[in-house]
Amino acid sequence: MVTGALGTGLQVIAVALGSPLLVGVMRQVRARLEGRAGPGIGQPWRDLRKLLRKEPIAAHGTGWPFRAAPLLVAGTALVVAAVVPLVTTVSPLDGVADLFAVTALLALGSVALALGALDTGTAFGGMGASREMAVLALVEPTILVSVFALSIRVGSTSLGQIVTATVEDPLAVVSPASVLAAVALAIVTIAETGRIPVDNPATHLELTMIHEAMVLEYAGPDLALVEWASAMRLSIFLGLLSSLFFPVGIATAGAGVLAVLLSVLVLVGKVAILGVLLAAGEVFMAKLRLFRVPELLAGSFLLALLAVAASFFLA
Amino acid sequence: MNLVGTLFVASLSCCALAAAAALTAPAKARLWLAGLCTAAAGACGAAAGVAALAGQSWSAWLPGLLPLAGARLALDPLSGAFVVVTGTVAVCAAIHGIGYCRHGLDGRVFQAVLPVFVASMLLVPAAASVSTFLLAWELMAVSSLLLVLAEHRRNTSVRRAGLWYAVMTHLGLVAILVGLVAFAAGAGGESFAQLREAGLPPAVKTVVFLTTLAGFASKAGIVPLHVWLPRAHPEAPSHVSALMSAAMVNMGAYGVVRVGLDLLHGGPAWWWLLVLAAGAVSALYGILQAAVSSDLKRLLGYSTTENLGLVMVGVGAAGFLAATGIPVLATLALAAALLHVVNHAAFKTTLFLSAGSVLYATGVRDLDALGGLRDRMPYTTALFAAGALCASALPPGNAFVSEWLLLQSLIHAVPGSGVAGAVTMPLAVGMIALSAGLAVATFVKAFGVGFLARPRSAEAGRAEEVPPVMLGGTALAVACCVALAVAPTVVVPALGRAVAVVFPGRDVVSGELTLRLAGVSGVVSPLLIAVALLVSVMAVLVLVRVAATRRARRAARLWDCGAGPMSARMEYTATSFAEPLQRVFDNVLAPESDVDVTPMKESAYLVERVRFHARVPDRIEHRLYDPLIAAAAAVGRRARVLATGSVHRYLGYGFWALAGALVVLVVLW
Amino acid sequence: MGLWRKIMRTGRVAEPAPARVPGEAPSKAAELAGSVQIRHVDAGSCNGCEVEISSAFGPVYDAERYGARMVASPRHADALLVTGPVTRNMEMALRRAYDAVPEPRLVIALGDCARDCGVFAGAYGVAGAVSDVVPVDVEVPGCPPEPEAIVAAVRRLTGR
Ligand code: SF4
Repeated sequence: MVTGALGTGLQVIAVALGSPLLVGVMRQVRARLEGRAGPGIGQPWRDLRKLLRKEPIAAHGTGWPFRAAPLLVAGTALVVAAVVPLVTTVSPLDGVADLFAVTALLALGSVALALGALDTGTAFGGMGASREMAVLALVEPTILVSVFALSIRVGSTSLGQIVTATVEDPLAVVSPASVLAAVALAIVTIAETGRIPVDNPATHLELTMIHEAMVLEYAGPDLALVEWASAMRLSIFLGLLSSLFFPVGIATAGAGVLAVLLSVLVLVGKVAILGVLLAAGEVFMAKLRLFRVPELLAGSFLLALLAVAASFFLA
Repeated sequence: MNLVGTLFVASLSCCALAAAAALTAPAKARLWLAGLCTAAAGACGAAAGVAALAGQSWSAWLPGLLPLAGARLALDPLSGAFVVVTGTVAVCAAIHGIGYCRHGLDGRVFQAVLPVFVASMLLVPAAASVSTFLLAWELMAVSSLLLVLAEHRRNTSVRRAGLWYAVMTHLGLVAILVGLVAFAAGAGGESFAQLREAGLPPAVKTVVFLTTLAGFASKAGIVPLHVWLPRAHPEAPSHVSALMSAAMVNMGAYGVVRVGLDLLHGGPAWWWLLVLAAGAVSALYGILQAAVSSDLKRLLGYSTTENLGLVMVGVGAAGFLAATGIPVLATLALAAALLHVVNHAAFKTTLFLSAGSVLYATGVRDLDALGGLRDRMPYTTALFAAGALCASALPPGNAFVSEWLLLQSLIHAVPGSGVAGAVTMPLAVGMIALSAGLAVATFVKAFGVGFLARPRSAEAGRAEEVPPVMLGGTALAVACCVALAVAPTVVVPALGRAVAVVFPGRDVVSGELTLRLAGVSGVVSPLLIAVALLVSVMAVLVLVRVAATRRARRAARLWDCGAGPMSARMEYTATSFAEPLQRVFDNVLAPESDVDVTPMKESAYLVERVRFHARVPDRIEHRLYDPLIAAAAAVGRRARVLATGSVHRYLGYGFWALAGALVVLVVLW
Repeated sequence: MGLWRKIMRTGRVAEPAPARVPGEAPSKAAELAGSVQIRHVDAGSCNGCEVEISSAFGPVYDAERYGARMVASPRHADALLVTGPVTRNMEMALRRAYDAVPEPRLVIALGDCARDCGVFAGAYGVAGAVSDVVPVDVEVPGCPPEPEAIVAAVRRLTGR
């Protein structure tokens, strides 16, 4: 129990502090592949520090939804960082939320941001919100159904139990159901975190934006929160993928303090590797046209459904 | 008479009092008197329901009240659950109505019919014999029809909606009537107790089930019998919409549970797969139409179809699982369905009443022409926000809990329920998941586009906050939402007793803080999630306060790319917001658009005016009902040949009909 | 795979970072501490300056390595990078863009046009130099300025 609490605390800290570094690593990888030198992995933290020092702005005509959105996005990301098993499977908070609740909490963050964007009443805000919600409407079911596929083997949607079962039987990961679910989840991870080919985090063109279009009005500390939160969401998703499909090194019941500490290091390593792969993959891809995105997402939804079917018929 | 009976009778008496007050009181006091009496009736009804849920049951036989069989009433926990919902919704709607009716709805008849409607909805679940049930059902149908038609002088769409509603609801009644009468004939008695004992041949049972199912499904707004719902709900006065959408449609679900699971003791698995499939299709179709709808009340109406669809998925899953021999999960699924009934009632009351407040303040329900209500109607905005959060099934809202329960029951059903289950359950989960995702987009649209940003019409710009009594009614509904959201661990065990009427002897969940499923593994803690969210948002706030250099927040112009000030016409409207989704589901929705180009007189190449018109019709109505109506009309036109107006001819018809009947009798005897 | 081989063959394109050009940094730049987000405003340039900006932020000169980044909204920016003489049409827009940037904010006037209207001085459509419209903190001379000069100016802001 003590080590569980320790693990939970450590994973929140790791996600909170490490996420901007993950973004830094990914930008650096991208820069290197493009032949650049890159600003170094600490740059996102420098950006955040600077943004916190800047002046917040209340644009005319915006109100409480605009002000509350950054707090809620960051808040939901922190809650999720506490309840998912990244470092330990015996978190004291495991019973609070299962995979459904985690999905819904992450969606709540997106909703808050979309409402903040709509609250500005600008065309770009509305456009970003509309697109984000269209993507969310297709992403959420995919996650739910892949969760379903993964939970059949274990008989529970509790994340801790799913991960524990995989730790005990690592070969289950290469079952067709699990592979299909992994692919589906990987695609929605890309969509949810706004990476290429669904969205381009570095775009300057408002017409192609999804996430960026929603946050065009935020400045200073508000923007810092939004950026920090989206970094945290990225690392949560990557961490979750690694825990669900490659739970090596995660601290299970009965692990000592040392194992928990070690597990933090392993987590950092795994997430970093996934981040590097994602960033490298992005170099080779162009952003999809917005109206091709639903096809991709519908494909991943079908994969998730297939995963469920496979888990029953091929089990 | 015990507590339940006393309270229930008190509630009915209050309804009578309210109707009497409405008819006799002077115009000044009428609204308050009728409203408060109706609210009192609702409160007594809710209390009676709670007492029934707590385990006390009550039954009465009033031989003199109805000819032949007399009226039979009984309240068991299952009825109690629905009585609680109706009562509570009635309290909120009646209080809100005191303010809402000031604009032209303060007539005697309207005010008197409303309590009758409430009474009929309390009577339907309390009815314990076929004749009582049918009578209460018809009373409910007629009184609600009168209420829908209240504003028929204002525009013709109300009349059309009324016509649709009248036809659909009475076809439904006929179906139920046929089913129940056949049931009673087979059972040799018409009280529910006798029906329960009856051993009918399977074929008769199936006929009874299918006919009643058609009637109940149409009341519950299940696809493809939903067509009246998105017409009647927007056109009815808003507090009546709340009553219809949050209380009346539930009677459809009640009917299926009472007749299918209780009186017929379940049945073959395919009955329930049918219910499940209809529910899943309704959920998806309803929310899809809601997602692209830009009329606020129509959107809410379609969302009712979605939510009742989810309830039917739960009911269907319960019947199916009971038939395949997994009672643990059947109990869970039915509890999830009932919880969703309760949750849906709470948030839909909130939403319809706030939509009513908006309508009261602006006269507009077109989302494209709203906006900017956040500053003008701050309380209504906050109340609608709470309702929308619940409706989108996200934590910490209440619907999240019931959808979670529902998904749990479906997910755990896969391993044990054979091939039929293994095919159906994943599809059902997929459809529920898709509808959940779309619900989020729908309610972000309803709230974000309808209430935030700047007003897009003069009416919205002039809006003012509604009177406190209207806010009070809505706030009461929000309070229910909050209670349901944080304390499902109290509510679900109570509903468990209602489930036990059908599937006896099992707890559904355990745990005080966390919802722990009994029998299968699954935990979630809505209360702790809410607390965790609060704590972490606070933590973030403190963090920012500490870490950020304290510069004052500066007011600045919106970033308009440096061009002139942004006008409200540049905002995203509901239509534009839904456009990406509409594109994705193009094949299902089949939107219609026409472009009308008027060229200049001088040259065909110079355009004077371009009109673009787009709408998303209800495809089922379009494809299924329009041909039917056209066919009926054609038959009617043909039949005109028979009616020439000649008295001799009509006498001749009478003669030949009589002769024909006699011949048939002679031959058959 | 072709792309991968190309990446491997090409290797690093960025030239080694030159030594910092000494020159005093604007006092506000200290607060930014190594991170400068830049919003580019074309106030009426001939697009010659834009070409040089994109090469300054391209792989060879790689201005991003010093902590600078182009952003999509002035709300996200710390500095405006203004090119061209301020035309009448853009005068108000430039003012508004400047107003949209949260404090501390800086302005870089890039190119001769931005500094003193350059070849367009006195033209009928020109409202004035950038400094006539918004306060300028850093000026980069040249028509167009070389990427090295742009990078040097950016480095004065980021301090790296
Ligand atoms: S400074 Fe030269 S290159 Fe730049 S905008 Fe002016 S004329 Fe064009």
